[in-house]
Amino acid sequence: MEAFTTLDAIAIPIDQPNLDTDQIIPARFLGKPRDMQVSALFHDLRYTPDRAPRPDFVTNMPAFAGAKIVVAERNFACGSSRENAVTVMVDNGLRAFIAPSFGDIFFNNCFQNGALPIRLDAARAAELRGMLHAAPGARIRIDLASQTVVGPDGKSDRFEIDSFRKDCLLRGADEVSLTLSYDEDIRAFETRQRQEMSWL
Amino acid sequence: MAAARTMFEKIWQRHVVVDRDDGYTLLYIDRHLMHDGSAAGFAKLRERNMKLRRPDRGFATPDHYVRSDSRSVADIADPHHRSLVEQIRTNTAESGVTLFDLGDERQGIAHVVGPEQGVTQPGLTLVCGDSHTSTHGALGALAFGIGSSEVAHVMATQCLWQRKPKAMRVSVDGTLGAGITGKDVILAIIARIGTAGAVGHVIEYAGSAIRGLSIEGRLTVCNMSIEAGGKAGMVAPDDTTIAYLEGRPFSPKAAEWDKAVAFWRTVPSDEGAIFDRDVSLDAASITPMVTWGTSPEDALSITGRIPEPSTAPDAAKKDSMKRALDYMGLVPGTLLEQVPVDRVFIGSCTNSRIEDLRAAAQVARGRKVVIPSWVVAGSGLVKKQAEAEGLDKIFLAAGFEWREPGCSMCVGMNGDTGKPQERIASTSNRNFIGRQGPGVRTHLLSPAMAVAAAVAGHFADVRKLA
Repeated sequence: MEAFTTLDAIAIPIDQPNLDTDQIIPARFLGKPRDMQVSALFHDLRYTPDRAPRPDFVTNMPAFAGAKIVVAERNFACGSSRENAVTVMVDNGLRAFIAPSFGDIFFNNCFQNGALPIRLDAARAAELRGMLHAAPGARIRIDLASQTVVGPDGKSDRFEIDSFRKDCLLRGADEVSLTLSYDEDIRAFETRQRQEMSWL
Repeated sequence: MAAARTMFEKIWQRHVVVDRDDGYTLLYIDRHLMHDGSAAGFAKLRERNMKLRRPDRGFATPDHYVRSDSRSVADIADPHHRSLVEQIRTNTAESGVTLFDLGDERQGIAHVVGPEQGVTQPGLTLVCGDSHTSTHGALGALAFGIGSSEVAHVMATQCLWQRKPKAMRVSVDGTLGAGITGKDVILAIIARIGTAGAVGHVIEYAGSAIRGLSIEGRLTVCNMSIEAGGKAGMVAPDDTTIAYLEGRPFSPKAAEWDKAVAFWRTVPSDEGAIFDRDVSLDAASITPMVTWGTSPEDALSITGRIPEPSTAPDAAKKDSMKRALDYMGLVPGTLLEQVPVDRVFIGSCTNSRIEDLRAAAQVARGRKVVIPSWVVAGSGLVKKQAEAEGLDKIFLAAGFEWREPGCSMCVGMNGDTGKPQERIASTSNRNFIGRQGPGVRTHLLSPAMAVAAAVAGHFADVRKLA
């Protein structure tokens, strides 16, 4: 997995609260191979039903080209467990998501793909989105080691992240390898469970 | 004396493999349900040259991509989708996971099959690569959805890294009115707490109205915990749970049954256990519910009117209401009962069990639908049971289509979608934009309310049809 350390990049604002994973990638694209899903990002928000790009959607605006950060509203990426909601954004270059809150499964899925979800208070997230609208193409700086987000206004905010998740992201570490290092504990658990819950 | 513990706390503690100082726990997973979408997990496992650690703990059934009008894999037109349904066969055959395949009467929606087969049991941890895994908590299990990387992680290690969520209790006390179902209860709960209301929490549904629900009703309530933002939802196991599990194929037998039951009796929350949050609803105040917007929290009583954005508490909410009304093609102030419906879908992991079909058939009996209407049973066994009771005859006589088990039009991945601007009264769980096809307008409601809409051609109060 690719490590995540710092990111200094253009950020896109997404203002809708509860933006669900069906909006990030509609279900009809999920059964396709990953490379065929890349163009499905925000598909129905980006295109009209006859497939014309909607000029007012952020990812269609030239000023936001090359963006790597999303600043969203509360409960971002709620809904289904589809990991494609993370991978389709990563495959489009988006690797950090800032919002007041997230769908739980999406939040966990980010860490499996070298992406960083950042919980920031609602007022500051709204302020950042306002700045991104006012100056399209404005940049945000994220430093995972110091747990800081610096907005286009130069103001720095600290964010919280579990040290377990932080270490894995910084090292690009793979969870399966880590878990296998606890194999003895897993075996001991299984032996105990065979006695205590023999009906399983 | 040990401190009083919640049911969630007890199940969690029993499954800790490793507790790290950084707050992360390696949690053991007792049951892993797989479906046609789990191919990605198997692929990730193969990339690492690994085998399933516990194939005996895995159960698979194709549901998302199967057709609702044919049981033949060859009939699946999209080659990628066909391949996913084929891969569940090869992957389970190679790994030794139990498969309930197309053509087997035990096949169906994973969240219908697990409880029906007795795979889901109280006190267990259960995961599946699907957000509606919260369903299984209805039997007193800790069950939650995971992404495909975590699916592969469970396949490889039978464990997951978790930070302990908080516990929340939602109590519904009193007596539910006639015609009020689990679906109305959970929609009323989500309307109250919001679609992000339980983020970071495991919900325990409690109170006399919840205890009074059948297992089917509890499964419907727990199913939509994810729409309330919850990590999982659960109901304490009781006599109803134990009676439901007795004699199921994967339920414990003989002496093991007695041992299991003794354990299950210890699973419910202790008297005086403290929850991080408590919410309560009065059962008597719950009416038949219908959603009007594009989030499950946009739920209204059937007696209500489409809301005015001007009543929104803030500008952001006003804006999102306007957008939702525009997508849904609705005029504020309209009585919900005057909104015409174009199509009806009865099915999904929320509402496709035998009790759902009985409730729907009771309203359909002797009536005729005036719009295209489908019934898609949750499993082959539900379908068989319904046919044994003659429910299929009632549906067919009323003009419903009686289709083959799978997720079907809940998510449309198998091609069962509506047309742009079509308004669908649906017993499923999500009314997101485009969920049932691009431009499709989804309204969530109970099976009986769906039939009421199918025979009236507009939303209707099922209590008036009794």
